[in-house]
Amino acid sequence: MSAIKRTVFCAVIMLMVASLGIVGCGKKGELILATTTSTQDSGLLDVLIPDFEKKAGLKVKTIAVGSGQAMAMGERGEADVLLVHSPDAEKKFMDAGFGSARRKVMYNDFIIVGPADDPAKIKGEKTSVDALKKLAAAGAIFMSRGDKSGTHAKELKLWKDGKIDPEKQKWYQSTGLGMGETLKVASEKKGYTLADRGTYLALKKNLGLDILVEGDEALKNVYHVVEVNAQKFPKVNKDGAKAFADFILSKEVQAVIGKFGVEKFGSPLFFPDAEAK
Amino acid sequence: MDLILEGISKAFSLLISLDAELFAVVLLTLQISGSATLISLFLGMSAGTAVALNAFPGKRLVVSIINTGMGLPPVVVGLFVAIMLWRSGPLGFLGILYTPGAMVIAQSIIATPIIAGITLAAMQNLPDKLRLQILSLGATRAQMVWLLMKEARLPLLAAVMAGFGGVVSEIGASIMVGGNIKGYTRVLTTATVMETGRGNFDVAIALGLVLLALAFIINYFLTSVQQTGRR
Repeated sequence: MSAIKRTVFCAVIMLMVASLGIVGCGKKGELILATTTSTQDSGLLDVLIPDFEKKAGLKVKTIAVGSGQAMAMGERGEADVLLVHSPDAEKKFMDAGFGSARRKVMYNDFIIVGPADDPAKIKGEKTSVDALKKLAAAGAIFMSRGDKSGTHAKELKLWKDGKIDPEKQKWYQSTGLGMGETLKVASEKKGYTLADRGTYLALKKNLGLDILVEGDEALKNVYHVVEVNAQKFPKVNKDGAKAFADFILSKEVQAVIGKFGVEKFGSPLFFPDAEAK
Repeated sequence: MDLILEGISKAFSLLISLDAELFAVVLLTLQISGSATLISLFLGMSAGTAVALNAFPGKRLVVSIINTGMGLPPVVVGLFVAIMLWRSGPLGFLGILYTPGAMVIAQSIIATPIIAGITLAAMQNLPDKLRLQILSLGATRAQMVWLLMKEARLPLLAAVMAGFGGVVSEIGASIMVGGNIKGYTRVLTTATVMETGRGNFDVAIALGLVLLALAFIINYFLTSVQQTGRR
């Protein structure tokens, strides 16, 4: 009994000492980066962030949410810098004065995926809008992310361009989940969905989904780095945000982005696209 | 089926190679959930004992509130703690959102009512005569509380297990206030969700198995403490 008591006592003391360490962690030199799940899930940030932390002497807190939520954080001054892919919403964000700078970083593309037997026969359609029109006419199951992410925004724009209102249609279902989960649901239900190529490639071997439509200019997926306006929110780490944006747009990092994913997937997941200054 | 076997073999190879990243995640999980359990142990047991041993008007209401709190949805706790800790929130000046400290706060809020509720039930379950007898033997109030707690140690250790089990397996609040930051606030549950999103199902299964094993070891240890001296 006493031996056990002593062990319990020691364990408690050890835990207390250990917990002191985590509560006292410093808060100087922090940078909150709000970004989309696609950049985290692809593993790109795991490559870039440690390098930046070393160079800038900052601790980066990466919060991976959808583009919509990332911008909502920016609108409240809860994040310092954003890496997002929802151009229309970004423009509104800038016009409303929430951001102080917005620069193009990279792009990849969206694809329309669906079951291999393709019941709605959209394979090979030249434009994504025509493909969606066909899906609507056939009443084929379409899984939407429905989470205000960049992918969701792009999907809504394509429906709008096709003058289709999919909401409330029986074949249109909203998962409210991230890209990976939505792909899995679409695969299980033998439905179609719009996905970013990177996430699709990463999950491909566990999915029963094929790429049916790709290469359309309307499917381009552009990422911007947005610095949150420090004049509006005094707590924003202005210098850190600028340092991060400059870092990700630097020649060396752009080269790293262009090579990322080649080894694993045979082709890059992102194409560097820094705007010339 | 292949996937499950793959996950299990991945789990073993990660454990055998003592993967540094996995080890850090496990250690952090223990630190955060352990600290939260200790804090809620202190708060929950004090509150539970105080309510159980005192008669006061509105006691039934307080007991109902504690019992409701035992089922507090973690995501709701996460949401409120996050709003409080936002830079623009009332406690924003502390600057502790997306830190392990914030996760300890959220998890303590989740576990405290669980421990308080079980403590309350355990203490009320003790025969009234026992209390009177202890007092009649000349014990001080503190000595009485101590003796009663010793008497109720079996359910009290169950409270510890329930509290720890509740927080170590929790995901909603942890990801909201911690943010799943690599090497800083990434714990077993949030890492599992992230690896699933990445399509690394084998790593996700491995992390899940480690979490299960961890919960089992802690509970086995607590159970052996609980059952010692009970033949």
